Amino acid sequence: MKNDPLIPMIGVVTKIRVDTPDVKTFRVVGLDGKKPFEHIPGQCAMLSIPGVGEALFSITSSPTQEDYLEFSIKKCGCVTDWLHAMDEGQQVTLRGPYGNGFPVDTDFAGKDLLFVAGGIGLAPLHSVINYCRHYRSRYGTIDIVYGSRSKEDLVDFQEILDEWCGEEGINVHLTIDRAQPEWDGHVGFVPNYVKELGFDTSKTVVMCGPPIMIKFTLAGLMELGFDKKHIYTTMELKMKCGLGKCGRCNIGSKYVCKDGPVFRFDQLDALPDEY
Amino acid sequence: MKQLPLSRLNDLFAAISAARKLYIPADDAAGQARFTVWQEGTALSKNLNTVRSAKDLFFPQVENLVGFKVTGKQIELIESRDPSEPFVLFGVRACDCRSFDILDKVFLAEPADTYYKSRRENGAVVTMACTRPAETCFCTVFGIDPTDPAGDVTCWQDEKNLYWRANTAKGEALTEMLPLLGDAGEEAVKTQQAETRKILGRLPLKDLDLRGFDGEHMMELFKSPKWASLSESCLGCGTCTFVCPTCQCYDIEEFNTGSEVKRFRCWDSCMYSDFTKMSAGQPRPTQLERFRQRFMHKLVYFPANNDGVYGCVGCGRCLQKCPIHMNIAKVIKTLGEDAK
Repeated sequence: MKNDPLIPMIGVVTKIRVDTPDVKTFRVVGLDGKKPFEHIPGQCAMLSIPGVGEALFSITSSPTQEDYLEFSIKKCGCVTDWLHAMDEGQQVTLRGPYGNGFPVDTDFAGKDLLFVAGGIGLAPLHSVINYCRHYRSRYGTIDIVYGSRSKEDLVDFQEILDEWCGEEGINVHLTIDRAQPEWDGHVGFVPNYVKELGFDTSKTVVMCGPPIMIKFTLAGLMELGFDKKHIYTTMELKMKCGLGKCGRCNIGSKYVCKDGPVFRFDQLDALPDEY
Repeated sequence: MKQLPLSRLNDLFAAISAARKLYIPADDAAGQARFTVWQEGTALSKNLNTVRSAKDLFFPQVENLVGFKVTGKQIELIESRDPSEPFVLFGVRACDCRSFDILDKVFLAEPADTYYKSRRENGAVVTMACTRPAETCFCTVFGIDPTDPAGDVTCWQDEKNLYWRANTAKGEALTEMLPLLGDAGEEAVKTQQAETRKILGRLPLKDLDLRGFDGEHMMELFKSPKWASLSESCLGCGTCTFVCPTCQCYDIEEFNTGSEVKRFRCWDSCMYSDFTKMSAGQPRPTQLERFRQRFMHKLVYFPANNDGVYGCVGCGRCLQKCPIHMNIAKVIKTLGEDAK
């Protein structure tokens, strides 16, 4: 029964951290207490609670985290409702990793990186950002533009403040949609903020967030003179197998689970816009 | 080449059945052919083809993947795989036989689907050449020769005899188990093939033109305004996908029996709205997008990923079964102009 791609392994949720009113981060280890499997930043895994359902989530922790996998998950459906309601110590099933991941050791190497995230869209980028921080000398400057509805909705806010903000060569630009009393940072939508900040077009961009944010940020980056060949995103469509066989997560001839989830925008331009 | 008088067909089935589970096309009470486990008295259907394709034997409509026992916070895996045993699939037509090659490209691609793979390894395919192709047949458009089908063994049938030719090691092994087969020349088969080819030359869909249906034309074909009228009447019933020998999309679902949770997979259809619906949205909101997906997959996406091999074998089942008489032949004819 082992080593079958459709048969999951059992994992244990050892820690649940409340990030925002609707996002929690789940720490998962195998039954042996060790990290279930190795992965590349941007890859995903299938998590399930038998009897409730199985769904695909991006792995939020960096591969450099040797002890466990973490998943930041927004409460928005059957499986995620259940995950949000459970307690530490709960066993889950998991299988993976799936997908191509970000080209952290090839195309990103030596580049100045600009991360743009909105809301829970930070989750898949979190793995890349911490990977790049770990191997800091391999990359140029790192800019992170991250926005959400409110201060309370910023995922990993404490980690961003305590760890990312203070590091040399890392510039964090936070924004929230509407002003609130205890916020003295930027207020406004991510796409406008990116344009205001006006980044150098030699940067490699990694973007994830709601479709509307992606659409307008991409347009803004085009205005600034960026090349789609250097703008990456990660896609999400409904999946069942994760292996390129169940047939539902395709964008044209490409399967998000196998050929993605990471795509460059010049690659997406050559595919039907059905996502 | 071997042969056997048709009067001894029952003996052949009995001999195969003694060693292996044997499936043959047999008529149900309504006179429709279905692959049926042979037992004494089961007669070979005279229908051109089975209602459902032969894919059922390798990729069943429903199958168990694994079970779980959930106790408090603990989860235990339970082996729940349906066992696979050696079997012989007799009377497969050339079109369905080619569909196995297409399913192989999906299920045997790394990482291989072990459930499908074990059935493929256990199954010996005995094909039957066609002599009376129907006007809905267009397998020749995909380079399939229904007078000389592939398979582990190829059979022909005339008024007197069954002719038998082993094509693979698996086919040779099966032949060796059947001493009742006598030696034969190829004359009778050649005569029959010539007759069948005359019929093939008169079939209405034999000249379907697939030029331009490839990855190169993906965007032009996807954006064609003709999808709107083509899909207008589609009911989204999914019948075409269920009778299709190459449709392989599946769902994974669970069922709580009370004592365990069984995780099973079952056929699914891109014609259904649920297929792509998720909490984050619906990338194919209307029947137009779902209809387009089915045909783009078979005629463009699949060949783009598989060296030009189409995801259709011209069996004609969808032409016969669609309640609104829409089908892949009409799609090819209508869109063909955009692709060139």
